[in-house]
Amino acid sequence: MKKNILSKILDDQEAKTPFVLLTNIQSGEQTVIYHKGAVGPEAKNLELLKICRRYMKDNKNGIISDPKNEFFLHVFNPPLRLAIIGAVHIAQPLTQMAKIAGYDVIVVDPRESFATVDRFPSTTIITEWPDDAMEQIDIDRRTAIVTLTHDPKLDDPALSVAIKSNAFYVGALGSKKTHALRVDRMKTEGNDERQINRIHAPVGLNLHAVSPAEIAISIMAEITATLHAL
Amino acid sequence: MAGNNVKVQLSDEKILSTALVWKNSGKSVAIATVIKTWGSSPRPMGSQLAVSNDGTFVGSVSGGCIEGAVVTEALEVMKSGKPKVLDFGVSNELAWEVGLACGGQVKVLVEVIEE
Repeated sequence: MKKNILSKILDDQEAKTPFVLLTNIQSGEQTVIYHKGAVGPEAKNLELLKICRRYMKDNKNGIISDPKNEFFLHVFNPPLRLAIIGAVHIAQPLTQMAKIAGYDVIVVDPRESFATVDRFPSTTIITEWPDDAMEQIDIDRRTAIVTLTHDPKLDDPALSVAIKSNAFYVGALGSKKTHALRVDRMKTEGNDERQINRIHAPVGLNLHAVSPAEIAISIMAEITATLHAL
Repeated sequence: MAGNNVKVQLSDEKILSTALVWKNSGKSVAIATVIKTWGSSPRPMGSQLAVSNDGTFVGSVSGGCIEGAVVTEALEVMKSGKPKVLDFGVSNELAWEVGLACGGQVKVLVEVIEE
Protein backbone atom coordinates (compact mmCIF):
# COMPACT_ATOMS: atom_id res chain seq x y z
CA MET A 1 0.00 0.00 0.00
CA LYS A 2 1.30 3.40 -0.98
CA LYS A 3 1.49 5.91 1.85
CA ASN A 4 -0.54 8.47 -0.11
CA ILE A 5 -3.38 5.92 -0.49
CA LEU A 6 -3.32 5.25 3.25
CA SER A 7 -3.55 9.02 3.94
CA LYS A 8 -6.35 9.36 1.43
CA ILE A 9 -8.50 6.57 2.85
CA LEU A 10 -7.99 7.86 6.39
CA ASP A 11 -9.25 11.28 5.22
CA ASP A 12 -12.24 9.60 3.56
CA GLN A 13 -13.05 7.73 6.77
CA GLU A 14 -12.80 10.97 8.74
CA ALA A 15 -15.20 12.62 6.26
CA LYS A 16 -17.50 9.57 6.54
CA THR A 17 -17.29 9.00 2.78
CA PRO A 18 -18.09 5.39 1.83
CA PHE A 19 -15.49 3.72 -0.39
CA VAL A 20 -14.04 0.39 -1.49
CA LEU A 21 -10.34 -0.37 -1.34
CA LEU A 22 -9.64 -2.83 -4.15
CA THR A 23 -6.30 -4.62 -3.80
CA ASN A 24 -4.74 -6.70 -6.54
CA ILE A 25 -3.52 -9.67 -4.50
CA GLN A 26 -0.65 -10.49 -6.88
CA SER A 27 0.76 -7.03 -7.56
CA GLY A 28 -0.42 -5.18 -4.46
CA GLU A 29 -1.75 -2.33 -6.64
CA GLN A 30 -4.76 -0.56 -5.19
CA THR A 31 -7.77 1.30 -6.51
CA VAL A 32 -10.11 3.39 -4.36
CA ILE A 33 -13.72 3.30 -5.56
CA TYR A 34 -16.44 5.75 -4.53
CA HIS A 35 -20.16 5.95 -5.29
CA LYS A 36 -19.09 8.24 -8.09
CA GLY A 37 -15.61 7.98 -9.51
CA ALA A 38 -12.54 5.93 -8.69
CA VAL A 39 -8.79 6.46 -8.36
CA GLY A 40 -6.13 3.94 -9.35
CA PRO A 41 -5.18 1.36 -11.99
CA GLU A 42 -8.67 -0.22 -12.18
CA ALA A 43 -10.52 3.12 -12.24
CA LYS A 44 -11.68 2.49 -15.82
CA ASN A 45 -12.64 -1.17 -15.33
CA LEU A 46 -16.39 -0.53 -15.37
CA GLU A 47 -17.39 -4.15 -14.76
CA LEU A 48 -15.21 -4.28 -11.65
CA LEU A 49 -16.48 -0.89 -10.40
CA LYS A 50 -20.04 -2.16 -10.69
CA ILE A 51 -19.25 -5.19 -8.52
CA CYS A 52 -17.45 -3.00 -5.98
CA ARG A 53 -20.43 -0.67 -5.68
CA ARG A 54 -22.76 -3.61 -5.15
CA TYR A 55 -20.53 -4.89 -2.33
CA MET A 56 -20.51 -1.35 -0.89
CA LYS A 57 -24.30 -1.38 -0.82
CA ASP A 58 -24.37 -4.82 0.81
CA ASN A 59 -21.57 -3.80 3.19
CA LYS A 60 -19.58 -6.97 2.58
CA ASN A 61 -15.97 -7.78 1.74
CA GLY A 62 -14.68 -10.55 -0.50
CA ILE A 63 -12.31 -11.89 -3.10
CA ILE A 64 -13.28 -11.44 -6.75
CA SER A 65 -11.38 -12.33 -9.87
CA ASP A 66 -11.29 -11.44 -13.53
CA PRO A 67 -9.48 -13.59 -16.13
CA LYS A 68 -6.11 -12.05 -15.26
CA ASN A 69 -6.20 -10.98 -11.63
CA GLU A 70 -7.48 -11.72 -8.17
CA PHE A 71 -8.63 -8.83 -6.01
CA PHE A 72 -9.57 -8.31 -2.38
CA LEU A 73 -12.52 -6.01 -2.16
CA HIS A 74 -12.59 -4.17 1.18
CA VAL A 75 -15.65 -2.03 1.92
CA PHE A 76 -15.26 0.95 4.24
CA ASN A 77 -18.71 2.24 5.09
CA PRO A 78 -19.21 4.95 7.71
CA PRO A 79 -20.14 3.66 11.17
CA LEU A 80 -23.56 2.32 11.98
CA ARG A 81 -25.72 4.89 13.75
CA LEU A 82 -28.25 4.69 16.51
CA ALA A 83 -30.77 7.49 17.04
CA ILE A 84 -32.30 7.38 20.50
CA ILE A 85 -35.45 9.41 21.10
CA GLY A 86 -35.66 10.18 24.80
CA ALA A 87 -32.64 11.07 26.93
CA VAL A 88 -34.01 8.88 29.73
CA HIS A 89 -32.14 6.61 32.13
CA ILE A 90 -32.13 3.59 29.76
CA ALA A 91 -30.63 5.81 27.06
CA GLN A 92 -27.46 6.25 29.12
CA PRO A 93 -26.26 2.62 29.22
CA LEU A 94 -27.69 2.09 25.72
CA THR A 95 -25.51 4.94 24.43
CA GLN A 96 -22.40 3.45 26.04
CA MET A 97 -23.08 -0.06 24.76
CA ALA A 98 -23.88 1.10 21.24
CA LYS A 99 -20.61 3.03 21.13
CA ILE A 100 -18.64 -0.04 22.18
CA ALA A 101 -20.39 -1.96 19.41
CA GLY A 102 -19.16 0.68 16.93
CA TYR A 103 -22.24 2.88 16.53
CA ASP A 104 -22.31 6.67 16.29
CA VAL A 105 -25.05 7.65 18.74
CA ILE A 106 -27.48 10.54 18.39
CA VAL A 107 -29.69 11.40 21.36
CA VAL A 108 -32.85 13.39 20.67
CA ASP A 109 -34.89 15.05 23.42
CA PRO A 110 -36.34 18.57 23.49
CA ARG A 111 -36.24 18.48 27.31
CA GLU A 112 -32.91 20.15 27.95
CA SER A 113 -32.77 18.95 31.56
CA PHE A 114 -32.65 15.36 30.25
CA ALA A 115 -30.44 15.80 27.21
CA THR A 116 -27.32 17.12 28.92
CA VAL A 117 -23.65 16.66 28.10
CA ASP A 118 -23.12 15.41 31.66
CA ARG A 119 -25.55 12.55 31.10
CA PHE A 120 -24.36 11.88 27.52
CA PRO A 121 -20.68 12.79 27.23
CA SER A 122 -19.13 12.81 23.72
CA THR A 123 -22.50 12.13 22.14
CA THR A 124 -24.39 14.05 19.47
CA ILE A 125 -27.37 15.62 21.27
CA ILE A 126 -30.27 17.27 19.47
CA THR A 127 -32.61 19.21 21.78
CA GLU A 128 -35.43 19.66 19.31
CA TRP A 129 -38.80 18.04 18.80
CA PRO A 130 -38.37 14.61 17.22
CA ASP A 131 -40.02 15.46 13.90
CA ASP A 132 -37.60 18.38 13.41
CA ALA A 133 -34.67 16.37 14.72
CA MET A 134 -35.42 13.42 12.44
CA GLU A 135 -35.11 15.70 9.45
CA GLN A 136 -31.59 16.64 10.50
CA ILE A 137 -30.55 13.00 10.76
CA ASP A 138 -29.91 11.61 7.33
CA ILE A 139 -31.55 8.24 8.08
CA ASP A 140 -29.99 5.52 5.92
CA ARG A 141 -29.84 1.73 5.75
CA ARG A 142 -27.16 1.73 8.45
CA THR A 143 -29.28 3.64 10.98
CA ALA A 144 -31.26 2.16 13.89
CA ILE A 145 -33.94 4.17 15.69
CA VAL A 146 -35.25 3.56 19.20
CA THR A 147 -37.89 5.57 21.04
CA LEU A 148 -37.71 5.51 24.82
CA THR A 149 -39.75 8.44 26.14
CA HIS A 150 -43.06 6.62 26.82
CA ASP A 151 -44.65 9.91 25.83
CA PRO A 152 -46.77 9.79 22.66
CA LYS A 153 -46.09 13.49 22.06
CA LEU A 154 -42.41 12.64 21.57
CA ASP A 155 -42.43 9.00 20.45
CA ASP A 156 -45.23 9.06 17.86
CA PRO A 157 -43.83 11.78 15.57
CA ALA A 158 -40.42 10.11 15.63
CA LEU A 159 -41.93 6.71 14.83
CA SER A 160 -44.03 8.14 11.98
CA VAL A 161 -40.82 9.29 10.31
CA ALA A 162 -38.86 6.16 11.26
CA ILE A 163 -41.26 3.61 9.76
CA LYS A 164 -41.19 5.39 6.39
CA SER A 165 -37.38 5.62 6.38
CA ASN A 166 -34.66 3.18 5.29
CA ALA A 167 -33.63 2.55 8.92
CA PHE A 168 -32.74 -1.12 9.39
CA TYR A 169 -34.29 -1.20 12.86
CA VAL A 170 -37.12 0.69 14.53
CA GLY A 171 -37.93 -0.10 18.16
CA ALA A 172 -40.26 1.45 20.72
CA LEU A 173 -40.22 1.07 24.49
CA GLY A 174 -43.55 0.23 26.12
CA SER A 175 -45.66 -2.74 27.13
CA LYS A 176 -47.86 -4.72 24.75
CA LYS A 177 -50.81 -2.66 25.97
CA THR A 178 -49.00 0.62 25.42
CA HIS A 179 -47.99 -0.55 21.98
CA ALA A 180 -51.53 -1.60 21.04
CA LEU A 181 -52.72 1.92 21.91
CA ARG A 182 -49.82 3.36 19.91
CA VAL A 183 -50.72 1.25 16.88
CA ASP A 184 -54.33 2.50 17.09
CA ARG A 185 -53.17 6.12 17.26
CA MET A 186 -50.78 5.70 14.37
CA LYS A 187 -53.46 4.06 12.21
CA THR A 188 -55.88 6.89 12.99
CA GLU A 189 -53.19 9.31 11.86
CA GLY A 190 -53.17 7.55 8.53
CA ASN A 191 -49.96 5.53 8.80
CA ASP A 192 -49.70 2.42 6.68
CA GLU A 193 -50.30 -0.76 8.68
CA ARG A 194 -47.42 -2.66 7.03
CA GLN A 195 -45.07 0.15 7.97
CA ILE A 196 -46.41 0.25 11.54
CA ASN A 197 -45.62 -3.47 11.76
CA ARG A 198 -41.93 -2.64 11.28
CA ILE A 199 -41.81 -1.38 14.87
CA HIS A 200 -40.16 -3.80 17.29
CA ALA A 201 -42.34 -3.51 20.40
CA PRO A 202 -42.05 -4.20 23.21
CA VAL A 203 -38.49 -3.22 22.36
CA GLY A 204 -35.58 -5.64 22.79
CA LEU A 205 -35.13 -9.39 23.02
CA ASN A 206 -36.95 -10.95 25.93
CA LEU A 207 -34.14 -11.36 28.49
CA HIS A 208 -36.39 -10.71 31.50
CA ALA A 209 -34.37 -7.53 31.87
CA VAL A 210 -35.15 -5.29 34.82
CA SER A 211 -32.50 -2.57 35.29
CA PRO A 212 -31.83 0.16 32.71
CA ALA A 213 -28.51 -1.49 31.78
CA GLU A 214 -30.19 -4.89 31.32
CA ILE A 215 -32.90 -3.36 29.15
CA ALA A 216 -30.16 -1.68 27.12
CA ILE A 217 -28.54 -5.11 26.62
CA SER A 218 -31.82 -6.53 25.33
CA ILE A 219 -32.26 -3.60 22.91
CA MET A 220 -28.66 -3.83 21.67
CA ALA A 221 -29.09 -7.60 21.25
CA GLU A 222 -32.22 -7.14 19.13
CA ILE A 223 -30.56 -4.44 17.00
CA THR A 224 -27.57 -6.77 16.44
CA ALA A 225 -29.82 -9.69 15.51
CA THR A 226 -31.77 -7.51 13.07
CA LEU A 227 -28.61 -6.10 11.51
CA HIS A 228 -27.16 -9.50 10.74
CA ALA A 229 -30.44 -11.10 9.70
CA LEU A 230 -30.68 -8.64 6.79
CA MET B 1 -2.51 6.21 23.72
CA ALA B 2 -1.22 3.17 21.79
CA GLY B 3 1.56 1.93 24.05
CA ASN B 4 3.09 -1.49 23.64
CA ASN B 5 0.99 -2.89 26.42
CA VAL B 6 -2.34 -1.65 25.13
CA LYS B 7 -4.52 -4.71 24.82
CA VAL B 8 -7.79 -3.13 23.79
CA GLN B 9 -9.19 -4.00 20.38
CA LEU B 10 -8.90 -0.86 18.33
CA SER B 11 -11.35 -0.08 15.58
CA ASP B 12 -10.07 -0.61 12.04
CA GLU B 13 -9.86 3.15 11.65
CA LYS B 14 -7.43 3.43 14.57
CA ILE B 15 -5.34 0.57 13.21
CA LEU B 16 -4.75 2.34 9.89
CA SER B 17 -4.15 5.71 11.51
CA THR B 18 -1.63 4.11 13.88
CA ALA B 19 0.08 2.58 10.82
CA LEU B 20 0.39 6.04 9.27
CA VAL B 21 1.78 7.54 12.49
CA TRP B 22 4.41 4.79 12.63
CA LYS B 23 5.28 5.25 8.95
CA ASN B 24 5.60 9.01 9.40
CA SER B 25 7.94 8.48 12.33
CA GLY B 26 10.33 6.64 10.01
CA LYS B 27 9.44 3.03 10.83
CA SER B 28 8.77 0.26 8.33
CA VAL B 29 5.14 -0.78 8.56
CA ALA B 30 3.13 -3.70 7.19
CA ILE B 31 -0.60 -4.26 7.19
CA ALA B 32 -2.19 -7.70 7.45
CA THR B 33 -5.80 -8.11 6.32
CA VAL B 34 -8.09 -11.14 6.61
CA ILE B 35 -9.18 -11.69 3.00
CA LYS B 36 -10.99 -15.01 3.31
CA THR B 37 -12.43 -17.16 6.07
CA TRP B 38 -13.94 -20.62 6.31
CA GLY B 39 -15.69 -22.25 9.23
CA SER B 40 -15.56 -20.76 12.68
CA SER B 41 -12.74 -18.23 12.32
CA PRO B 42 -13.00 -15.58 14.99
CA ARG B 43 -12.41 -12.38 12.99
CA PRO B 44 -14.34 -11.54 9.82
CA MET B 45 -12.95 -10.62 6.41
CA GLY B 46 -11.51 -7.13 6.44
CA SER B 47 -10.10 -7.40 9.98
CA GLN B 48 -6.68 -5.82 10.11
CA LEU B 49 -3.45 -5.71 12.02
CA ALA B 50 -0.63 -3.21 11.59
CA VAL B 51 2.96 -4.20 12.42
CA SER B 52 6.04 -1.99 12.74
CA ASN B 53 9.63 -3.11 12.19
CA ASP B 54 10.18 -3.35 15.95
CA GLY B 55 7.46 -6.02 16.15
CA THR B 56 4.86 -3.78 17.80
CA PHE B 57 1.38 -4.45 16.47
CA VAL B 58 -2.19 -3.19 16.82
CA GLY B 59 -5.41 -4.88 15.77
CA SER B 60 -6.06 -8.56 15.17
CA VAL B 61 -6.64 -11.13 12.45
CA SER B 62 -7.73 -13.98 14.73
CA GLY B 63 -8.55 -14.58 18.35
CA GLY B 64 -4.82 -14.43 19.10
CA CYS B 65 -3.86 -17.81 17.61
CA ILE B 66 -1.94 -16.67 14.53
CA GLU B 67 -0.88 -13.12 15.35
CA GLY B 68 2.64 -14.23 16.28
CA ALA B 69 3.15 -15.98 12.94
CA VAL B 70 1.64 -13.06 11.02
CA VAL B 71 4.01 -10.60 12.70
CA THR B 72 7.00 -12.81 11.82
CA GLU B 73 5.88 -13.01 8.17
CA ALA B 74 5.20 -9.26 8.13
CA LEU B 75 8.82 -8.57 9.07
CA GLU B 76 9.87 -10.66 6.04
CA VAL B 77 7.45 -8.80 3.77
CA MET B 78 8.97 -5.50 4.94
CA LYS B 79 12.34 -6.73 3.63
CA SER B 80 11.07 -8.07 0.28
CA GLY B 81 8.52 -5.30 -0.29
CA LYS B 82 6.26 -7.82 -2.06
CA PRO B 83 2.73 -8.55 -0.86
CA LYS B 84 2.21 -12.10 0.39
CA VAL B 85 -0.86 -14.23 1.06
CA LEU B 86 -0.69 -16.48 4.13
CA ASP B 87 -2.95 -19.47 4.69
CA PHE B 88 -3.81 -20.71 8.14
CA GLY B 89 -6.06 -23.61 8.90
CA VAL B 90 -6.37 -27.28 9.61
CA SER B 91 -5.23 -28.29 6.12
CA ASN B 92 -2.06 -26.25 6.33
CA GLU B 93 1.18 -27.65 7.67
CA LEU B 94 1.87 -24.46 9.56
CA ALA B 95 -1.43 -24.94 11.30
CA TRP B 96 0.08 -27.75 13.36
CA GLU B 97 2.40 -25.19 14.85
CA VAL B 98 0.17 -22.14 14.99
CA GLY B 99 -3.23 -23.73 14.40
CA LEU B 100 -6.53 -22.08 14.94
CA ALA B 101 -8.02 -23.57 18.07
CA CYS B 102 -11.47 -22.89 16.68
CA GLY B 103 -10.90 -25.20 13.70
CA GLY B 104 -11.51 -22.39 11.24
CA GLN B 105 -9.33 -21.34 8.32
CA VAL B 106 -8.18 -17.90 7.27
CA LYS B 107 -6.29 -16.33 4.39
CA VAL B 108 -4.31 -13.21 5.31
CA LEU B 109 -2.84 -10.66 2.89
CA VAL B 110 0.30 -8.95 4.18
CA GLU B 111 1.49 -5.79 2.44
CA VAL B 112 4.08 -3.18 3.24
CA ILE B 113 3.39 0.56 3.30
CA GLU B 114 5.53 2.17 0.62
CA GLU B 115 6.61 5.79 0.32
